[in-house]
Amino acid sequence: MNRINQKLQADKKIFSIYFSAGYPNLNDTVQIIQDLEKNGVDMIEIGLPFSDPLADGPTIQASSTQALHNGMTTQVLFDQLKDIRKIVSIPLVIMGYFNPMLQYGLENFCKKCAEIGIDGLIIPDLPVDVYADEYKAIFEKYGIINVFLITPQTSDERIRFIDSVSNGFIYMVSSASVTGSQSGFGSTQEDYFKRIADMNLKNPQVIGFGINNAETFKQATRFAKGAIIGSAFVSHLTENGTTKIDEFVKEIL
Amino acid sequence: MSYHVNEKGYYGEFGGAYIPEMLYPNVEELRQQYLKITAEPSFQAEFDALLKDYVGRPTPLYFAERLSKQYKTKIYLKREDLCHTGAHKVNNTIGQILLAKRLGKNRIIAETGAGQHGVATATVCALMGLQCIVYMGEIDIERQAPNVARMKMLGAEVRPALSGSRTLKDATNEAIRDWINNPVDTYYIIGSVVGPHPYPDMVARFQSVISQEIKTQLLEKEGKENPDYVIACVGGGSNAAGAYYHFLDDEEVNIIAVEAAGLGVDSGESAATSVLGKVGVIHGSKTLLMQSKDGQITEPYSISAGLDYPGVGPMHAHLYASGRAQFISITDDQAMQWGLKLSNMEGIIPAIESAHAFAVLDEMKFKPEDVVVINLSGRGDKDLNTYIEYFKL
Repeated sequence: MNRINQKLQADKKIFSIYFSAGYPNLNDTVQIIQDLEKNGVDMIEIGLPFSDPLADGPTIQASSTQALHNGMTTQVLFDQLKDIRKIVSIPLVIMGYFNPMLQYGLENFCKKCAEIGIDGLIIPDLPVDVYADEYKAIFEKYGIINVFLITPQTSDERIRFIDSVSNGFIYMVSSASVTGSQSGFGSTQEDYFKRIADMNLKNPQVIGFGINNAETFKQATRFAKGAIIGSAFVSHLTENGTTKIDEFVKEIL
Repeated sequence: MSYHVNEKGYYGEFGGAYIPEMLYPNVEELRQQYLKITAEPSFQAEFDALLKDYVGRPTPLYFAERLSKQYKTKIYLKREDLCHTGAHKVNNTIGQILLAKRLGKNRIIAETGAGQHGVATATVCALMGLQCIVYMGEIDIERQAPNVARMKMLGAEVRPALSGSRTLKDATNEAIRDWINNPVDTYYIIGSVVGPHPYPDMVARFQSVISQEIKTQLLEKEGKENPDYVIACVGGGSNAAGAYYHFLDDEEVNIIAVEAAGLGVDSGESAATSVLGKVGVIHGSKTLLMQSKDGQITEPYSISAGLDYPGVGPMHAHLYASGRAQFISITDDQAMQWGLKLSNMEGIIPAIESAHAFAVLDEMKFKPEDVVVINLSGRGDKDLNTYIEYFKL
């Protein structure tokens, strides 16, 4: 069974972290993954940097730009991760935009992920419809889970469709925004979290965007299976480098 | 073979809507509504009336006698430079603002490179009394001060795009982010035949008035609707899409697309996407795209700010891949010399973008009886500083 499904079955809220691979320094990637697991993080989204990340706010775009300057490429990331399964056992997801994967070849990309032990992908600009028509078979062939986003504007009908195509979890974007632009959840968000929880989807939901401290993490996981912190952790890396990752994680849990 | 968009939003293998889920409701609403709304008689009446009385259409199809004599063929210029605001861009912004109003949107956003589309958007927002925010790369804001001032006079807010390379592609990213953050009240007026479906088709339709008029005007002047050649410059490709539109399925019309070679296609400073690009996804569309081996989008270069986009619209990618259009790239210097030449020979100072199209006259052989239409997409006022510096005027 895929590590993501296994983790989701456990009777525990999932704490997930996103960071851009190759940031702050090119070769920090593996160290950061190891430290996050050691301190109790349940799942990691490894950002594959892209020059034009449409769905990201300034914090993640800046880290992405820096990572590219540092020399990060698809091949470098795969090389860095080639022995990761000897030292890390939590689920690992690569989050990246479609074009770099298209250039690598989507089948090659999935094959490489399977070899390394990457469990899933999040590709914000690959719409579920195109995935279902053209790429689903490739993901299934290599046992890679593809994770789709939903937002407060996504219709119930489309959420049901996304649920039917998904086989891991659904990434719930907390509000209409790019990453890193919200702080704190109001009643609008709580209503939305509740509405989705009440839909009884077959896939568990993990909430992302706007989670930056213990309070928002708790709010989100009251309704969902887990929550993802991205921009806040990237800011932490900007300020502290790879030190004090333990403090950041303990602050949340 | 069809050169028009299919029901799924593709031109051959190009096009589609590669957008984050956050944009899906907006783009889907547009997809479902754009053909319905633009086909309504009240929409068409308002669109036509504004094009006539506000933009100044139809623009003349001018027989360029001195040029024709020199090149021993029949050269006609489609005078989009005479449109209100100085270029063809306004044909599209009029269409989209009417659509935005009918969709009940009251906040308009746009991206701009050189500022022409920004000015055209700010203009129609002033006309309709709607809030207007234009994203423009920080570097372009410095390079294009007069257009920034125009937008401000027209009541628009110009927001600098500070990310990435701080030019057109980044302004487009920022506009898309704004739309993600403001999904309910906001309408995004894209300035070219780029972006997710239905934008490329919608913008091409609004610009298609250009080729529609060419047909009527040629019938009057030459006794036939179709020219032998239609020539236009391509950055994203909106003026070209408009100039080609009604000729796409008439294979006897030769379609010539002119890209900016910059300092030369092999110089590393170029915007000739058909030569340098590979299939990729940019701004929601699968198209030809200048990029690194690793799939990172590279920064193009041209002396003309309107042509330095790293991709082309998906319609043009298909015209290239299918061989329907012939693509030619023209250097900065060729274009600049033509800016001077057209001024001297016909008394028309062209936009540097449009000047690229004229340089084809030196690259190709035409027969005396050929009817050659060049789309003169914009006037050169905005480029005076570049002309002054280049020629030490």
